[in-house]
Amino acid sequence: MQTPADRDTTPVPNGGAAGVIHDIGYQRYDGSRLGRGYLLRTLFLDTLRGCYGFGRSAKSKIMPLVLFGFGCLPAIIIAVILNAFGGEELPMTYPEYLWTLSMLVSIYVAGQAPQAVSRDLRFRATSLYFSRPLRRGDYVVAKFAAMTAAVLIFTGVPMLILYLGTLLAKLPFWEQTGDVLVGLVGALLTALVLGGISLVIAAITPRRGFGVAAIITVLLVANSVAGVVFGVAQETGRETLSAYAWVLSPTGLVDGVLVGLFDLPAVNGVSPPGTTGCLVYLSVTVLLVSACAGLLLGRYRKVSVS
Amino acid sequence: MSVVVTSALTKRFGPVTALDSLDVDVRPGVTGLVGANGAGKSTLIKILLGLLPATSGRAEVLGLDVASSGEQIRRAVGYMPEHDCLPPDVTATEFVVHMARMSGLPTSAARERTADTLRHVGLYEERYRPVGGYSTGMKQRVKLAQALVHDPRLVFLDEPTNGLDPAGREDMLGLVRRIGTDFGISVLVTSHLLGELERICDHVVVVDGGRLLRATSTAAATTASQVLTVEVTDRADELVRMLRGAGLTVRSGGNGHGPGNGHGPGNGPTASGDAPPADGNGAADGDPHGLRTPAGTLTARVPDGRFEVEVTDDAAHDVVRDAVTHLGVGLIRMQRRRHHLAEIFQDGAHADPR
Repeated sequence: MQTPADRDTTPVPNGGAAGVIHDIGYQRYDGSRLGRGYLLRTLFLDTLRGCYGFGRSAKSKIMPLVLFGFGCLPAIIIAVILNAFGGEELPMTYPEYLWTLSMLVSIYVAGQAPQAVSRDLRFRATSLYFSRPLRRGDYVVAKFAAMTAAVLIFTGVPMLILYLGTLLAKLPFWEQTGDVLVGLVGALLTALVLGGISLVIAAITPRRGFGVAAIITVLLVANSVAGVVFGVAQETGRETLSAYAWVLSPTGLVDGVLVGLFDLPAVNGVSPPGTTGCLVYLSVTVLLVSACAGLLLGRYRKVSVS
Repeated sequence: MSVVVTSALTKRFGPVTALDSLDVDVRPGVTGLVGANGAGKSTLIKILLGLLPATSGRAEVLGLDVASSGEQIRRAVGYMPEHDCLPPDVTATEFVVHMARMSGLPTSAARERTADTLRHVGLYEERYRPVGGYSTGMKQRVKLAQALVHDPRLVFLDEPTNGLDPAGREDMLGLVRRIGTDFGISVLVTSHLLGELERICDHVVVVDGGRLLRATSTAAATTASQVLTVEVTDRADELVRMLRGAGLTVRSGGNGHGPGNGHGPGNGPTASGDAPPADGNGAADGDPHGLRTPAGTLTARVPDGRFEVEVTDDAAHDVVRDAVTHLGVGLIRMQRRRHHLAEIFQDGAHADPR
């Protein structure tokens, strides 16, 4: 091994005449080779960047950034109005804001989950990953974490903008901080649920178009089925059924957990009944996320390298 | 020390046997792995990368067992797959930097080595454009770059010349050769064309139906394999007699493995005895050695006016040229060629049962 000092004493060909490129031939690499944690972190960060189009073509930046802008716009407007005209409280709570974002988030994950995983399958870049020291399980962990982080940023940043607005407008600090933390818990749960569902669907279809369509369809259908069940149950007076109807929709599921855990008024009318309801919503969420993780791990155990 | 050793390596996919008790010993340097499609080349590489478990037998790469040390092996080797593996919407630089980091290189080192490696494989300004717009040749270079960027001790190149035009093929082969000689990285390169591998490889391993047909150094395989195909318009019989008389080994056309194969007992000594010094002058004074020698007892029918001449040194070309001039016939072609893969297979098949 050479020490840095040794290297300095050896003549460096391109150190002399300025502007002259010398072909110094092939250089061996004897620097450090980092381990498992670094590989996980690298794949996580590069996937997260890719979810907003960074490191990809200019065209692929348009969709995620435009959607992200639309998600932030109402929050900016609310914050500006709050500061310009004053007010005692936010016109909507943080979980309510999350609920209104659900459509935009669905479109966003439908666009980005296929680029996070289908792309590697379709263009068979997986063979390059798996012929490297990266473990297959770690690939899944990094992709899942990156997708979750991307959705968390998508929904979390508007909430932070709202929060900043309330602070500038001198609304009660501790009350707002508590509220925004509840909102961020909701954002994290939404990210885990939507990230998991969309990645599982995207990992099945190598074709990007199919992936986008399938994810949008599944999320929309789930929402409308939940809405229909809820509506019918309300009409026919079945209180218990209507309270559990939102389990069927990812957005309603997360809202139910928030309502149960933090004793909030339910955004969509009926809160899940007491402790049992809270437990049901919570366990469905946990089961759903772990099922997605399990399916993904199983899927990538079977991906061949050729 | 060998870079790859397998012993009795067997891989079955259900009823299909992909590798059948394969024993291979690959030394440092450039080694060609030759076989027809489906001969088990890609399966072997996947087992060596530790990605596919063998049914039975053992394999070691760089002294590490593939069954237990797959991760360590993958840290020290590079792999260029046969198929496309590049997402189209990233630039070559972005992609190779990412892959370098995925091999454990810190970001700054990854950037530095990416720039170097892309330059070595011959990608310059194009590297800032998305890969989707690249030609096949440029894509192959990016694939090669990602296999080399972490400075592996051994690279597996699966059909690197696949889909390239003749010029691109030449460039790629030259590059593979340089990886072995200038870069000092051992190479295991597969192809179904023996001809292109024997020029760049130190050793050639031939597999067929999952079994080892032949493992030789390239020098041994090709010294005797240089053959000159000659085709004339007329009087081919006379020309053949004349060349035989001049001490050359001639096979009559069409069937490359006719009875005239190999150095005939009567001709070889003549050639090594007095032909070479005579040729040196004969070419100059326009009086070929063959003219004064009476036509031998060998009389062969030459169909189509085409036959093959074994070449031991460049003087053979002169002898053929002068004989053709003397007879005054039209020379349609005089083309140097090497053994085809089929011939190695035939030779191997003959040798194998014994």
